[in-house]
This record gives sequence, structure tokens and C-alpha cells, in this order.
Amino acid sequence: MNQDVSLREIGNEYELEMMPDHPYDPLLRVERIPHVWCPGCGIGTALSSFIMALNRLETPREKISVISGIGCTGRVAGYVNLDSFHTTHGRAIPFATGLKLARPDLKVIVFSGDGDLIAIGGNHFIHAARRNINLTIICVNNFIYGMTGGQLAPTTPISATSTTTPHGNEEPPFNLAHLAAASGAVYVARWTTLHFQRLEKAMFEALNHSGFSFVEVISPCPTVFGRRNKMGDGINMLKLFQERCEIRHGADTADVDIGLTGKIVVGKFVDKEKPDSTGARKGNGKGAGGEAA
Amino acid sequence: MKGAVKEKSGIEPPASPVKARKGEEHFWNGDIACAEGAIVAGCRFFAGYPITPATEVAERAAERFKSVGGVFIQMEDEMASMNAILGASWGGVKSMTSTSGPGFSLMMENLGLGIMLETPCVVVNVQRGGPSTGLPTLVGQADVMQARWGSHGDYEIIALSPSSPQEFFDLTIRAFNLSEKYRIPVIILADEVVGHMTERVVVPPVEEIEIIDREKPSVPPDLYRPYRFDGGKIAPMAVAGEGYRFHVTGLTHDERGYPAMNWEAQDKLVRHLVAKIRNHVDDIIDLEESYIRGADIVVVSYGISARLAMDAVEDARREELRVGMIKMKTIWPFPEARIRNLAQKIKAFVVPEINLGQIVREVERCAAGKAEAIPVSHAGGYVLDSKAILDAIRKGARIKK
Repeated sequence: MNQDVSLREIGNEYELEMMPDHPYDPLLRVERIPHVWCPGCGIGTALSSFIMALNRLETPREKISVISGIGCTGRVAGYVNLDSFHTTHGRAIPFATGLKLARPDLKVIVFSGDGDLIAIGGNHFIHAARRNINLTIICVNNFIYGMTGGQLAPTTPISATSTTTPHGNEEPPFNLAHLAAASGAVYVARWTTLHFQRLEKAMFEALNHSGFSFVEVISPCPTVFGRRNKMGDGINMLKLFQERCEIRHGADTADVDIGLTGKIVVGKFVDKEKPDSTGARKGNGKGAGGEAA
Repeated sequence: MKGAVKEKSGIEPPASPVKARKGEEHFWNGDIACAEGAIVAGCRFFAGYPITPATEVAERAAERFKSVGGVFIQMEDEMASMNAILGASWGGVKSMTSTSGPGFSLMMENLGLGIMLETPCVVVNVQRGGPSTGLPTLVGQADVMQARWGSHGDYEIIALSPSSPQEFFDLTIRAFNLSEKYRIPVIILADEVVGHMTERVVVPPVEEIEIIDREKPSVPPDLYRPYRFDGGKIAPMAVAGEGYRFHVTGLTHDERGYPAMNWEAQDKLVRHLVAKIRNHVDDIIDLEESYIRGADIVVVSYGISARLAMDAVEDARREELRVGMIKMKTIWPFPEARIRNLAQKIKAFVVPEINLGQIVREVERCAAGKAEAIPVSHAGGYVLDSKAILDAIRKGARIKK
């Protein structure tokens, strides 16, 4: 195994230490680690599952692009050692759409959070699903806006407390799996970060599925969601996931709403074939209208 | 296609953009000329959303791009359109969108992303009357300051303004060339009249058209840096899928493209974004000057207003008024040095524009009290009356200096 020499800062002193490479290091920008995520957060786990799925993928790594929006999950693009784009809030999907249509040879993945993809980016999300362009969307759903300190998200369950719903949320949340399926997604799966191997498998399947594929990752946010809703720390939140989860492959997505308590239905809900519209667009330069003027 | 004569002085009559040009002749409206210019420039990705009076640009692109190996997509809104063209550009494909007032407002957010990521692309705004929905089918020129300052933060921008379908064609090519050269979104500020008027457009032989493509990296991937903050120099641009494994972010970043949350990084980055344009104004600014030598009044105008202004200038010269004309084909960066220099010699600038005073303020700022800046304003919905411009020239002529 390769040895990497690095300098570790201890106060004002530097210590030379030998660090062995991790087998997945080539897929990470190791110089940017440690990451920004809080202790107990699930985004790192989601990223690990993603890296494992990428590692199994046959696509050459130079042909993979990762695009994120803004928020805690939006930082994922900055840690993968691939062509990666950290774009604006909600706009990762249209950016990815442009990249994919310009370069159909690339595997284009959007990795972002629920607020980013479904609130400010909601319109882009449903239209991308409708178009069925060959994109994989990985959405970490932690039921809250984490980066800004715990405000109401479009996924926050009814009666949950956030800084902008201090008396409890009165609005029903989106059921992301149902929204994706109804909008035309050809692959829809949901797992929690507790199910990291199943999650890896779902990501791998989504990456290999032609068309608009969607993986929802239910993640603990102990710092600003769990704490305010008396769910304890990250471990406790995972225990809650374990108690509340029910694996139900092929479930009707209309039945997989997530409340503050009660069941969290996980599994592969949609896996179907539908012609994707990526390749159809690009002309061969020989069609009607002749050559450039 | 290097743009017209720069900062030319003398007593020459105005240049005609189509006169004595060799090439294939067409009878196109400005919007169509724009889409055709884009194809000639090598643009192969168009993302847009229908909006009057820019829809014809998108329609022409939809009809034509496939036949030249390009992609057209109608997005769900203008925010998506702007992002899609950034994504396509990072895929290595020249890209553009077109819109008008309300859509231009929606594009401001990600125009900023394009500036921050230093992404070549072209954004066409066929201006109509505003604010808000305003006058969808009628002319305006009131988005000039929005083009300059519309996205948040400090930055420099390039904006070009055509006054005929021929210039719309020519300046679209120039917009792509400048965007590729300086790695920046370039705005074309056209207007409804230029977009919808149909005139002769001459397409020169391909070999006579200069096309600039972005510089590609020549270093191995481990040495590649997507940015260079050094005296306004432009870093070569890797694109996705070539093995460079770069990262770019809308956050303040260093030359590696990695986020850097401190004032020093901000200072380096923002000063670079500004310097890369300010240090190259001589290359970017393209003015068409007529009758400047000996003038004591200079009309400064752009777009459709410049054509009406030229009529007024000719009328004034028949009255033996010593008036010259600057047609600004580049609006941003503003020709500060030229205005400052002329202000020493002349009595007044006359600035006709279809807004209640935008470029006139720039002229006034640069003239710095050395010469007057007389606005000729219109709230939009109609072109300026050349008689109003003539009156302003006469008013300027009466000033004692």
C-alpha cells in the first residue's frame, strides 16, 4: 500500500506522520478532509455508500461528473475526486441537464439535499423527471435546513419543531418518492443511512439505470433536527430509524409518507424502463436545414 | 469580424454594416440573425424559455441547431435556461440563451454563477418596456444598468448592443469570441425593434470570420488549476470528461477551485474578476465614431436609438452644427477613457436612450463637469423621435464653454 507523508498541525508545531491510503481515497479529495458535517450527521455515510457504488461502476472515472446545489449535502461535490460542480441553490439539476445534453457520453449525478432539490429546486426536479433525461439524483433528506441552522423544509413532518416553526409545523410535507414517481422517474428507491449497504446497491442500480433515477437517503441531523424534536444524538436517531423502518419493495409510493413518528417505509419502489430523451436531441449535422449558414 | 474600427476619429460618415460586404445575402429579422450568428460562431447548445420579443431566437435555434449537430432544449424557466448553458459550457460546448426583461431578471442569479465559475456563454436580452411584465411587444432600453449590476456582488461584465439585424449577427459572433477569450458570460443587449425588424444581412464567407475558442489546459491533470488570479490573466479551461477531475464552486475559492472562506481569498478572487475585464478594455470596447473631429457636441447612443440619433446628427450637420456621433457597440465595459478625453474638448454630450436616464449617468460621471450630459429620454413603447434628439443637439450648441 502506498504511504503518504503529510504534515499535521499541533498547535504551532508540525508533526510528520505516515498515513496509509484508504482503498477509496482515489475517489475522494483527501486533502479536503475533514469535511464540514457535524458529528452524527448521515451525509458522510451517504457519501461513503456513493463512493462504494462508484467504485463498482464500470464507467471510467474521468467520464463521471457530480453536481451539487447549496446546503450541507451540497458540499458533497467538493469531496469527490471527479469533475465536480458546486452550483447555486436549487439549480444543480438544470446545470446537470445542460452538461448531460452537451455531453451524453458522461455519467452525470446530482447529489444534493431535500431543501435544495425539492423546495427552491422543485420545479427543476419535476421537469427533469418528466423529460427523463439520463441523470441520477441522490437526495439526502434530513427533514430540515441544516446549513442555515434548522428551518422548515418541504420534508419537515407535521408538528415537528424547527426554528421557523417554533410552535410545530402545520404544513404537510412532500413525499419525495411519490413526487419523483408521479413526475416520471424510472427508478425510485429510499433507504436510510443505517442501511448503508442497501443504499450502496440502490445507488449502483440507479447509476446503471437509463433515464431519470432517484435515490432518497433518509439521514439523521441530530444537531438541528433531532435535538429540537427530542430524538437524541446521531446514534439515537439511527436507532429510531431501525425501530421505525419497514422494508417494502414495490410499495405504492402514495403510501410511503413519512411522519414525525410511525413507520418509515424503505425499499425499491419504482424500477421500470422508459425511453430516455437524452440522445434523441443531438443532431448529426445532416438533418433538414443543411449546413451552418 | 474583428468588430468595427475602434475609437476612430475624423470626419468620416457613418459606416454601413452591410454596404460593400461580400457574402451570402439574407433577409432576416434581428432575432433570426442572432441565432444564425450563433451557429457561425460555433454555438451548439441553446437552452431557452419562450418570451416576447426574444422567442424567435429560440425558435430559429430549435429549427436549425439539430441540423448542425447541436442541441436545443426548452427549459422550465429562465433560471434553468441559464444553468443549463453553464452546464453545457463546462461540457466543452459553446452555449447560449435568449430572453427579455422578466426572464433576464430570473437569469441574474446564475449569471453570477457564470461569472464566478468563469464560464463562457452568451445571454441575449431583446429588451422590451418594463418594469415587471411592462410592454411585452414594445421596445425598451431600460435593462442597461441591470446588465451591469443585476447579479449580486462585485464583478465586471461585457455587454454588446446591436442597432441592426446585421449587427445582431456580427455582435453575436463577437459575443462568443469575447466570452471564450475572457471566460465570462457575455450579454447582448438588443431591443425589440432591432429584434423584430427585417433587413438585409450579409453572411461573409466562413474563412473571413474570426472564431475564437477557449484556451485548453496543456499541463497534466495533477498540475492543472481551473483558475489563475494574476493580473487579470485567464486560466485555460478544462472541461468535464477529459480526466482533469477539477472542482469549481460558486463559493469564494482559490486557484484550485476549492472554497476559501476568508477576506484574503475574497480579495484575490474579486479583484481578478474585475481586472480580467478592466485590463483588456482596449480589446473589448468597440465604438463606431462619425464626424468626431472638430465636433463640439457628441451624441452617444446605442441600439435602435443610435439609428434615430444618426438621423438627427445628419439634420444638425445640415444646420451647420458641429456634431459628432459615437455608436456604442460595446456598452459594458463603458468607454470611460474616450468620454473623459472628449469631455475636455467639447461642450456637451447628447445621450438618447429608451429609458429615463441610464447611460447618460455614465457619460455624466466620466465627463466630470468638463462637458454637459444632455439626456434624451423615453419611457419605452416607442422609438425616440429624432426631432427630440435634434432639439437636444441644438440646446447643446447654445452652451458657452
